[in-house]
Amino acid sequence: MAEFINSFLFPDQPDHWIGVLITALIHVVMIINVIAVGALVFIWMERKVSGRIQDRLGPTRVGGKFGWLQTLADGLKLVAKEDITPGQADSFLFKLAPYLSFTASFCAFIALPFASGYSWSSGWAAREVNTGVFFVLAVLGLEVFGVILAGYASGSKWSLFGGMREAAQVVSYEVPLGLCVIIPVMLAGSMNLVTIGDMQEGLFTNWFLFHDPFTFCVFWVYFTCAMASVNRAPFDLAEAESELVAGFHTEYSGLRWSIFFMAEYGSMFLVSALAAILFFGGWNGPFPVFATLASALGWEAWPTTGLLGYVAGLAGVANILFKGVVGVTVMIWVRWTLPRLRIDQVITMCWKYCVPIAAVCFAGALFWQYNNIWFLNSLHPARSRAEVRENWSVNELQLLTPSALHEVGESDMAKGIENEAGGQI
Amino acid sequence: MNWHTLLFYLFALMSCGFAIAVVASSNVVRMAFFLIVSLASTAGLFFLAGAHFVGAMQIMIYVGGTLVLLIFGVMLTAHAAFVSMVTKSSDWVLAAVFGGALLGLLALTAFSVEDWRVARGDQAAVTSSEGEFASSIGQALMGMRVDRLSEGNSQLEAGMSGYLLPFEIIAIHLLVVLIGAAYLARTKRRVGSVTEGVQ
Amino acid sequence: MSFLTDPVGVSHFLLVGAVMFVCGVVCMATKRNGLGVLMGIELVLNGANINFVAFGSKYLRSESLGLDGQLIALFVIVLAAAEAAVALAIALNFYNNHATIDVDRADELKG
Repeated sequence: MAEFINSFLFPDQPDHWIGVLITALIHVVMIINVIAVGALVFIWMERKVSGRIQDRLGPTRVGGKFGWLQTLADGLKLVAKEDITPGQADSFLFKLAPYLSFTASFCAFIALPFASGYSWSSGWAAREVNTGVFFVLAVLGLEVFGVILAGYASGSKWSLFGGMREAAQVVSYEVPLGLCVIIPVMLAGSMNLVTIGDMQEGLFTNWFLFHDPFTFCVFWVYFTCAMASVNRAPFDLAEAESELVAGFHTEYSGLRWSIFFMAEYGSMFLVSALAAILFFGGWNGPFPVFATLASALGWEAWPTTGLLGYVAGLAGVANILFKGVVGVTVMIWVRWTLPRLRIDQVITMCWKYCVPIAAVCFAGALFWQYNNIWFLNSLHPARSRAEVRENWSVNELQLLTPSALHEVGESDMAKGIENEAGGQI
Repeated sequence: MNWHTLLFYLFALMSCGFAIAVVASSNVVRMAFFLIVSLASTAGLFFLAGAHFVGAMQIMIYVGGTLVLLIFGVMLTAHAAFVSMVTKSSDWVLAAVFGGALLGLLALTAFSVEDWRVARGDQAAVTSSEGEFASSIGQALMGMRVDRLSEGNSQLEAGMSGYLLPFEIIAIHLLVVLIGAAYLARTKRRVGSVTEGVQ
Repeated sequence: MSFLTDPVGVSHFLLVGAVMFVCGVVCMATKRNGLGVLMGIELVLNGANINFVAFGSKYLRSESLGLDGQLIALFVIVLAAAEAAVALAIALNFYNNHATIDVDRADELKG
C-alpha cells in the first residue's frame, strides 16, 4: 500500500517515508475505529446484558427503544466533565497513565489479522508480524503499567492497593496464558497469526478447539487466564468497588477515566479475537463457503485473487468480528454471574489450577501431535500451504540432509519447547 | 528519506532521550517510567534491525516482566524519604566527566570502521527468511544451526552445534534463581522504625 | 564524516548502544537508591544488547553475526531477568533489615 501511494508522490522512491506515514495513518484510524466503536457497542451491551441478568431493562431512552445511543450520551457527559487532578498526586504520571494503558491496548491490535491474505500476499493486518502471537501477548502485558502508574500517581491508598494487586495478578497470569497459547502455536508450527488461522481452513472440525481433547480443555484455561489478564470480573481486583472504592481509577474523572475504559474494552475484544484465531478458526467460517464456490466455478487455485478473494476477505472480517463479539459477550455474562474472588483465591487459581492444567494439556497435545493421531480434522492440505507461506527452514534442512529430520513433527516439538522457555520466565 | 531511517531516528531519539531522563531524574518512580519507555523503544530498534523475535522477547520479558518486578520493588520501598534521593553535586561532576569521556571513546570507536558506517547496498536482496523467523532461532536453541548449513567453510562448522548446552544451563539457572529469590524474599521482617534510615 | 547517512549503518546502532551504556554507568555511579542502581544495570545490559542485534542484522552488513547475535541477545535478556529478580530480593531484604534503601548506608558486613 505504501508503494501504491508512493507511486503517485515519488515514482522513483517506492519506500519514501511520506507514503509509509500516510499508510500508517490510515491503519491507525482504522484500528482506533475498531477500538472506539467496539467500546461503544460493548458498553451498551454490558448494560443490556446486566439489565437482563438482574431482571431489569437496561437503557431504554437514548436513541430509540433499545437505548443504543446511551454510550454516546455518556461519552458526551464524560467529555464535558471537569478533569480533576488531586493535590496529592504526581501530576505528570497521573495524567500520562491512561494514555499508556490505551497505547498498549492499541499497539497490540497492530499485529492482529482480521482476515487471511486472500488477494494479497499478507494477511489483513496493519502489520503482519512473524512472531504475531508472541508480540500481541507481550504488548498486551504492557497495559498493566498504566494501571500501576495510575495507582501510584493518584496519591491515594485505594489506588495504590489496586495497582499492587493488578501488578501481582497480571504478572502471575502471564505464565498460564503463555502456556495455553503455546499449544495452537505448536500445532500450527508457527507464531504467525495469519498462518495459524489459515491452518484451520475448511470444516469447523479443523478448528484447533476440536483438534484433540487437550486443546478443548486448554481453551477454557486460556479464556479464564485472558479474563484475568485484562482484569475483568470475577478477576477485577484492581477495581474491587466493594473494598477499594474504585481501585486504581478512584481519583480519575472525565475523559481520562473513559480512556481507561476504552483500553479495557479494547483488550477484551483483543483477547477474544485472539481466542478466535487460536482456537476457533479465526476468519474461517464453520463451512468453507468460498472455497466450495471457487471449486464449483472451476477455479482450481485457492487462495483466489481478485473480486471473490476480496469478498471472501470481507466475509472473514465479519466472521472474526462475530467470534470476537461472542467472546466479549461471554465475558460480560460471566461478570454479572460470578462473584468477585479474593486476591489469594485469584493467585491460587493461577498457580495451583491454571498452570498445572495448561502444562498437562501441553504435554498431551504434544503427544497427540507427535504420534500423528488424527481425530476429527484433516489438516494436511492446509498444512502444506502454510509451509509454503512460511518458507520453513525445516524444508531446507530436509532437502539438504534427508536423514536429519524424519518428520515435521520434530520441529514442532522444537518450537514448542522454545516457546515454553519464553513462557516460563 | 527512507521510512526505515526515519523510524530509526525516532526510536533512537526516544531510547537515548529517556535513558538520559532516567539518569537526570531523582524521583525513583519517574525513573522507572522513563526506563519503560526507553526499553520499549529499544525493542522498536530490534524490530528495525530485523530481529523480530528478540524485539518481542524484549517487550515480553524485559518490559513486561523485569520492569513490573522493578516497579513492584519501588512501590514496596516507596517510603516518602526514599522516593527522591538527591545525589551530591560533586558526584554529578565526577560522573559527567567520566561518562562523557566514555561516551566519546565509544562513539569514536563506533564510527571508526568504514564498513560499519554505511548499510549494505543491496538491502532489498535480503529475504525476510534470514533471521526474522523464530523457527530458526528455536532450532538453534535445540542444537541445529539451519542458517549455517550452506556454509562450506569447515572452520564455521564448529558453530553448527548451536546453543543446546547454554539453553539447558540457562533453564537450570532460572530454576535456581526462582528458588533463590523466593527464599531471599521470604526472610522474616525485622520490626524497626522505618524513619531511622532518614538522614 | 557525516553522521546522518541515509540508510543507517551499524555505527548508528552502536552509537545508541553507547549512549544507553554510558547512561547506565552514570546511573549506577550516581544513584543512591538501590533500585536506581538496578535500573542502571538494566540500561547497561540493553546497550550491550543493541550492539549484538546490530551486528547480527542482515540488513546492516552482509557479513553479519547472523543468528548468533540474536541468540546472545536472547540469553542476555533472560539472564537480566534472573539477575533483576535476585537483586530485587536482596534490595527488599536490605530494606527490611536496615529500613533504608540508600546504598551508601550498606556498610556493614553483618546484617
